Amino acid sequence: MASKKEDLPEFWKEYEASFLEALPEKITDAVFVVLDTETTGFSLKKDRMLSIGALRLQDSTIKAKDAFEVFLNQTTFDAKTVEIHGILKRGKTKRIEELEGLKIVLKLLGNAIIVAHHAGFDVGMLNAALIRHGLPKLKNKTLDTAILYHKSLPKAKRKTEGHYSLDDLCEEFNIPKTDRHTALGDAYITAIAFLQILENLKPISLKQLLKKDRFWEFWKFI
Amino acid sequence: MKNTISERIADFLKGFPPFSNLLKAQLGALSEEVSIIYKEKNSFVFTVEESAHNQFYVVHKGAVALWDKEEKTVLDICDEGDIFGLRPLMANENYRLTAKSEEETILYAIPIDKFRPYIKENRRVADFLVESFASNTRNPYDKTNRGQLLGDSFQVNTQNSPLLDLQPVDFSKHIVAASEQTAIKSIAEKMTAKGIGAMLIEKDGLPIGIITDKDLRNKIATGDYPITAKAKSIMSSPVITYPAKLTITQAQMAMMKSNISHLVLTEDGTVNTKAVGILSKHDIMLSLGDNPAVLVKAIKRVNTVEEIKPLRKSVMNLLRGYLDQNIPLTLTSKIISELNDACIKKVVELSLEKMDSEPPVKFAWLAMGSQGRSEQLLHTDQDNALLFEDVPQSKFDKTRDYFLELARIITAGLNHIGYEYCPADMMGSNPKWCNSLFGFKKMTSKWIVNPGPDEVLLSSIFFDYNRAYGDKELVSKLSYHIFNTVKEYPIFLSHLAAGALMNPSPSGFFREFLVEQDGVHKDFFDLKKRALMPMVDAARVLMLSHNVPDISNTWERYEKMAELEPSNKELFLACSYATKALLRFRTKQGLLHNDSGRYINLEQLNKEEKMKLKRTFKTIKQIQEVLNVRFMVSRVR
Repeated sequence: MASKKEDLPEFWKEYEASFLEALPEKITDAVFVVLDTETTGFSLKKDRMLSIGALRLQDSTIKAKDAFEVFLNQTTFDAKTVEIHGILKRGKTKRIEELEGLKIVLKLLGNAIIVAHHAGFDVGMLNAALIRHGLPKLKNKTLDTAILYHKSLPKAKRKTEGHYSLDDLCEEFNIPKTDRHTALGDAYITAIAFLQILENLKPISLKQLLKKDRFWEFWKFI
Repeated sequence: MKNTISERIADFLKGFPPFSNLLKAQLGALSEEVSIIYKEKNSFVFTVEESAHNQFYVVHKGAVALWDKEEKTVLDICDEGDIFGLRPLMANENYRLTAKSEEETILYAIPIDKFRPYIKENRRVADFLVESFASNTRNPYDKTNRGQLLGDSFQVNTQNSPLLDLQPVDFSKHIVAASEQTAIKSIAEKMTAKGIGAMLIEKDGLPIGIITDKDLRNKIATGDYPITAKAKSIMSSPVITYPAKLTITQAQMAMMKSNISHLVLTEDGTVNTKAVGILSKHDIMLSLGDNPAVLVKAIKRVNTVEEIKPLRKSVMNLLRGYLDQNIPLTLTSKIISELNDACIKKVVELSLEKMDSEPPVKFAWLAMGSQGRSEQLLHTDQDNALLFEDVPQSKFDKTRDYFLELARIITAGLNHIGYEYCPADMMGSNPKWCNSLFGFKKMTSKWIVNPGPDEVLLSSIFFDYNRAYGDKELVSKLSYHIFNTVKEYPIFLSHLAAGALMNPSPSGFFREFLVEQDGVHKDFFDLKKRALMPMVDAARVLMLSHNVPDISNTWERYEKMAELEPSNKELFLACSYATKALLRFRTKQGLLHNDSGRYINLEQLNKEEKMKLKRTFKTIKQIQEVLNVRFMVSRVR
């Protein structure tokens, strides 16, 4: 039920316009936005995002200035997931409205490639929110570190069932779990893991890297 | 909005100078400007001659090596919290070194234009930078002796150093001064006559300038000024003055700061009071007291064992200084062993004086174990033996009783000056280790012909003996006996090699350190058992197999092996190097913790030290493989 194109708000038009620019060929020129969401649960329909963390990654460099974490006002609340993300319904953290949060995310995103661990879920959550606000879905290419990690392993070492959690990656790459289960903390961990996975995959171009993400069978494990 | 990333950056940086000197708000603001850069192993951060980036770097995780121009030598390894690449930014020049990640690394890049204001605002930040550039190290507060930290070694020497108490800073108190109207020629003549390198120029009894050898060279010899010129025309003025109560460190720093070779010391430290002395760089060098010749003389002069005690302490200070100044270990151990030998000789001499009669026959005092190998830098247990000339059976008991009594006095004396008694009683005062040449021949033959675990152990300690005092020929006779017997019973070498391989391995999979699993030293790394002994034991077997007596020092043994087996030269030289590195390591740890240095707390090592240790492990494994194959160890296991 997205609105007609001409009715879309200015921030969306700006976001859309960034896609007129073609993606670069070289990995070092590509802009990645690594993001993570903390949510009230795992249902794309019923659950809501409590916080979004995102950072910009280009040429193996993350600028602290380009990283942020926003906490969102939500009416849906599930006490069960509080113990994971630690975000209380009436916590002291300053919150903003969901639409404001989406604006900030879109501004950082532009035509960057989205990188997330189990990207399908985070992108799904963002899309669900966009649709609720009468906006179209995200247009960005995405990369899932869970899939990329699976592909980076020699065949003999790949899991035949189950999935790779972010904790698995922390252990594999010796990434400290500080700030685990905060949106930006997880985004940072994902970014560091992503960089190490790139080392192992050694894609020759961005195009080739984006192809690696095609591994649909993988989803049956999740 | 919240930014966990910049918060974490600030959390990390606040633990390291100069960031630790920033206010919380300043650090917070700075952290928001930081870029996090991921570097895979062996990737460049910058290269020589590259123009300076607009940011400098702090290692967050991993390690970065700084290489010299030719990329041949690693000048420094930066690990967590170390800063690099700042100096070119301050000096507006290109990079002089190449920075390359040694392993997977995460860097924090700090933009210089955001950092510069803090240098101006915060004096402590500025001081840190000035000091770190002056001393040419990344962190002048770091006392762990990295890089060329001259200031630190001086500090070690000035603080609580009995050696310096013995030899106070001897600056020229008799000041040779001239007036500013004195002709240069007469100043030069006076300096030559007095043998001094600098002349103070005074006016109304106060110092106003100084002329040094350098001034004469740069201003007169070049023809810039005629030799008839007056002092005033070439003197350096005003003079840099300091109070007379200057520590050596301060003096060193002062000279470094102003790039001068002489300091004028005045009553109150200003130019407004009379000069009381001139301190030259040369004076500082001398007062550092690293003068083994003086110590050897002092040891030779003593009349009682008691007097040796403070001298042994001086030897330890000397050792500390050598290690701090990174003097090559070969030289260090030679000097220290020489001094230790001098002490032992003196103890034996003094003990002989206490005996009622002269020794009935010729004898030799043997140092065994590490002292025998000249590898004993720190005080450890005494392992020694007394060997005396063969006597008719009828006189044996009486002769042995005499030498047992002598050995008791000697071991007590050694104990008094700091050598602990051997817990296994491997000492000349034990009848087992006080024997005639025939007795020792019989004992060693028995070990070689029937080697069990005990025999192998005993051989490994005894066969490294070295004559500390007494008859040379007697000792040679025993050595030849041992080598000839080994030749006849080559299976002994297999046993000895098996014994050498009994030492547990230093590392497991993934190059991790293997630490002790239980006991008092649980979770400590046993440097002696796991690293040093395997090298020492292997060298002994190899030397015996090559029939080379008279070399008991481990790295000299390996060097000899490299000579004897050119095809394995590289490995043996690596062994020699590794042994030295390990011994240096153990000695440093020992001095640091005031113990034998045997058990290492890995958590207290920095990255560079760990890497150094790990590098030796490879060599240990290789030499053990050689032993295993060459001596067919499997046939005796």
